[in-house]
Amino acid sequence: MSEHVEMTRALGWLALIALLAGLVAGFGYAPREETQGNVQRIMYLHVPSVLTAYLAFGLVLLGSAAYLLTRRAGWDRLAASAAEIGVVFTAITIVSGSIWGRPTWGVWWTWDARLTSTAVLLLVYVGYLLLRAMVDEPETRARYAAVVGIVGAANIPIVHFSVYWWRALHQPAAMLGPGRTPMPASMQMVVLVNWIAFTLLFAYFLSRRLQIARLEESA
Amino acid sequence: MLYARRAWIVLWKDLLTERRSKESLNALLFFTLLLLFLFQFALGPDRDRLRAALPGLLWLGLVLAGLLGLGRTFIAERDNDCWEGLRLTPGDKSAIYLGKLLGNFILMVVVEVLLLALFGFFYDVDIGPALGKLSVVLLLGTTGLAAVGTLFAAMTAQLRARELLFPVLLLPAQVPILLATVSATAAALDGQPLAEVSHWLKLLAGADVVYVAIGIMTFEFILDV
Repeated sequence: MSEHVEMTRALGWLALIALLAGLVAGFGYAPREETQGNVQRIMYLHVPSVLTAYLAFGLVLLGSAAYLLTRRAGWDRLAASAAEIGVVFTAITIVSGSIWGRPTWGVWWTWDARLTSTAVLLLVYVGYLLLRAMVDEPETRARYAAVVGIVGAANIPIVHFSVYWWRALHQPAAMLGPGRTPMPASMQMVVLVNWIAFTLLFAYFLSRRLQIARLEESA
Repeated sequence: MLYARRAWIVLWKDLLTERRSKESLNALLFFTLLLLFLFQFALGPDRDRLRAALPGLLWLGLVLAGLLGLGRTFIAERDNDCWEGLRLTPGDKSAIYLGKLLGNFILMVVVEVLLLALFGFFYDVDIGPALGKLSVVLLLGTTGLAAVGTLFAAMTAQLRARELLFPVLLLPAQVPILLATVSATAAALDGQPLAEVSHWLKLLAGADVVYVAIGIMTFEFILDV
């Protein structure tokens, strides 16, 4: 147990250092984007958080399927913890996208394909968490949540395509999407640094959350 | 064979109790009629506006009716203490799911037929020429709605917050179905050939396959064995 705590703490420090490095890189190293100006720097928060959210929801699927197959509570704890963190990162993605969208598109919210499908993703997993909150019996909760986790994950590609086509019918996505031009290497570098930082942060959160879940269960 | 027979028994039992009590159907038909009036009041008397909103209203009506109707799927079993009976059924539990799914499908189709007729009557839409195309869209959309609805209904039947959780879980999952069916319905009412919206129909068919497959695979875990 104490070894686990030590490792978690080390992960936390690592994540902190990486985040600071990402912050310095995002504001100091990354060049100022010509057309959008400093607003573009939101991307260094936006892209890593959405990638982290996808990682989290992938783990929800893994935990859910593995729980139904093995019936071991550890998998359920993994799914539950990853879902909570995934929802947080999805929310960060949407909020940061919205803050970016206000000066860039002139509106806080637009029914852009990616924005909409991310929002639907958030709704699906908030539903997952609500279900967990409303079932008291741990074993039943784990089974039900696993089924919802699997349906939710299977739905992601279907939602993605449907929302994409839905928007494509009305206006070309290129108008709303951030430029199609390839990113300069320096910007890619900063995205990468921040992505690593966010992944470390996710690992730290997950480790902490799993600890809490274990303590809750043994209480 | 035995599998199909088990599914059939569940379906037959549900249809028979529904025919004798008419509990869900009567309420659902009245509910859809009410919705139609509410839509009219919400959007005002402008005929063009109503007609433009028609595909969306139609499917919104069906989804809302689905929330009420599908949510009741396992209520009879719960209220009459027959849950244990379902759990004790020998063999593959997914046969129960298939039976329930078919029952829900039939119930929803009956509601849809009536809703379509009422839409034609109240909103002055000529449904006739688009009927063939509309039924393709309706059948595909209903399958997806009923497949997830039946699964989640089994899950929420035993929970204290059933009325709240069922829509909260079902509605986000239905986003692709709603987008696809509304677009395809709009095209059908517009007189376009189905080939124009073949990508939506393929998406619907694909989603139906995925949802039904997940339902069959996971239902036994909901029933608890």
